[in-house]
Amino acid sequence: MKLIQRLGLDAVLYPLVGILLCLIVWQGISGKSVTTKTKDDFGDVVTVTKRTGLSADLPGPLETWEKSKPYILHPFAKRGELDQGILRFTWLSLTLVVQGYLIALIVGTPLGFCLGLSKAFGKMFDPIFQILRPVSPLAWLPLGMVLFLSAKLNIPGAKPYTASELAAVFTIAICSMWPTVLNTAVGVRAIPQDYLNVAKVLKLSRTKTLFKVLIPATLPYMFTGFRLSLGIAWLVIVAAEMLTGRPGVGGFLWQQYNALSYAHIILCILTIGIVGYALDRLMSLVESKLRAA
Amino acid sequence: MAFIELDHVDKGFGPAWKRSEVLSDLNLQVEKGEFVAMIGYSGSGKTTLMSLLAGLIRPDRGEVRIGGKVVDGPGPDRGVVFQNYSLLPWLTVGENVSLAVDEVFAHKSAAERKAQVEKYVAMVNLTPAMGKRPSELSGGMRQRVSVARALAIQPDILLLDEPLSALDALTRANLQDEINRICQEEKKTVILITNDPDEAILLADRVIPITAGPKATLGASIPVLVPRPRLRKDINSCAIFKKTRNQVIEYLLKSSAGKKMEVSKKMTVPDLIPEDLTVRRPVFGVKPRPRRRSEQKRENVEVIS
Repeated sequence: MKLIQRLGLDAVLYPLVGILLCLIVWQGISGKSVTTKTKDDFGDVVTVTKRTGLSADLPGPLETWEKSKPYILHPFAKRGELDQGILRFTWLSLTLVVQGYLIALIVGTPLGFCLGLSKAFGKMFDPIFQILRPVSPLAWLPLGMVLFLSAKLNIPGAKPYTASELAAVFTIAICSMWPTVLNTAVGVRAIPQDYLNVAKVLKLSRTKTLFKVLIPATLPYMFTGFRLSLGIAWLVIVAAEMLTGRPGVGGFLWQQYNALSYAHIILCILTIGIVGYALDRLMSLVESKLRAA
Repeated sequence: MAFIELDHVDKGFGPAWKRSEVLSDLNLQVEKGEFVAMIGYSGSGKTTLMSLLAGLIRPDRGEVRIGGKVVDGPGPDRGVVFQNYSLLPWLTVGENVSLAVDEVFAHKSAAERKAQVEKYVAMVNLTPAMGKRPSELSGGMRQRVSVARALAIQPDILLLDEPLSALDALTRANLQDEINRICQEEKKTVILITNDPDEAILLADRVIPITAGPKATLGASIPVLVPRPRLRKDINSCAIFKKTRNQVIEYLLKSSAGKKMEVSKKMTVPDLIPEDLTVRRPVFGVKPRPRRRSEQKRENVEVIS
């Protein structure tokens, strides 16, 4: 044990053991197909394939791997609209997430500043924010569809956006906005009076106060908001794709569920989890850089 | 007419039904080039007084006038050194100072402004730390940056709000000497707020005691007749110094004697006996009931031997 620790292997070993344990449990509850050959009354051989196990239809780890192979080993293949490599699907989902997320930041940060700086603004809009905040993405999406039903957004040089895409972007933006808004507001309210006094005593202009004092002082809080927002944006995309049937990780998941190929559902879940984790790590890396500065 | 004037200034906080009058009927005249130290108990409204002079807050009644004009806001004619440094932690020493310089001397060329920043950072002996952030500096160094920032805008008046009270005694003595030197060099009108009589007497031309709050006001000013340059080591043997210190301390003690605040509050202690935490509580089964003092019975059994 000591040797393992000295070599720094425990950081690798423990997670591996954990994963292994989970795989064993998974294997234990999953079902497997058993093929039996029997002779019927007429003497013909009848082959019957049945799935048995605790959860008969749940594919085990090995079966999942076997069935997911074409998607993982050719991650950028495109065999059809809803039959593409897993990274290609991820990419499709990410592009949509980024669009919605950026809108959320661009709208949410100034809103947060207004909320933190002006008491009147806070009293006016805080109740509304608090009501809109807990609304599920599944509830926003139909509204987005209605909003953009007749809208056609043509950006030169790009594919025209469909109503369902716009609705998805809208849903991501409005759902992932709140952590940014609220954290920025908290950050603005938490600025020490001393910094504001400095700005006042030096008679800094409004824009200079904003850029030299207010924004740097709130930056750590803002980034915490940004990180939480990104997490939510990634959560929402799956729901949005499921409902709109758009190609992407979530759309693929739903389609495979309907096609009864359950192994791919697990593949999608793992992909979503890993990508979400990677995004969160990335943001916290940026955040810690900022805090250190 | 004096350079800085406080004219029957009152200031209180809070809404009418639970108002606390912090300062009442302040009158003060400070001449140009004078170094005035104000000394008082903590909580007697020293920082409120400084905020009034800096223009961060307005008086409820009366007027604060500087150079004959009523103060209606902060301005670059007054450099303020705050008690807790108030440096912006995301800027380096140089940037903190140049934030002030760039704003006040926007009309000067970039090179001139840079030279000015360097001059004042050098004045507080921090040139080697120019590119460091406040978090990398000691408390004394931070306060020196704060002094440099206040001086760099070349104000007529320097307002020092307990600049040294957050520092340890040795650093404080060092910085006192440094402030003394700078003030003699720069010939500014200085108002120093402090809670240390020695510091006040060492630095100032005149010491004004602030009576104990609430409704604090300014006492009669006590001139410091110790000749300059005042050296720290001589001062302990100086008779005038000792006399002045006694005067100041006596005044402050007298002012607080009549105003001893007393707050009495009825408190009911819950009728519980503290639980012995070393005894482990059972996870299952009957948990021990809280024991009450009123329920305790004691029986004295006499044993005849």
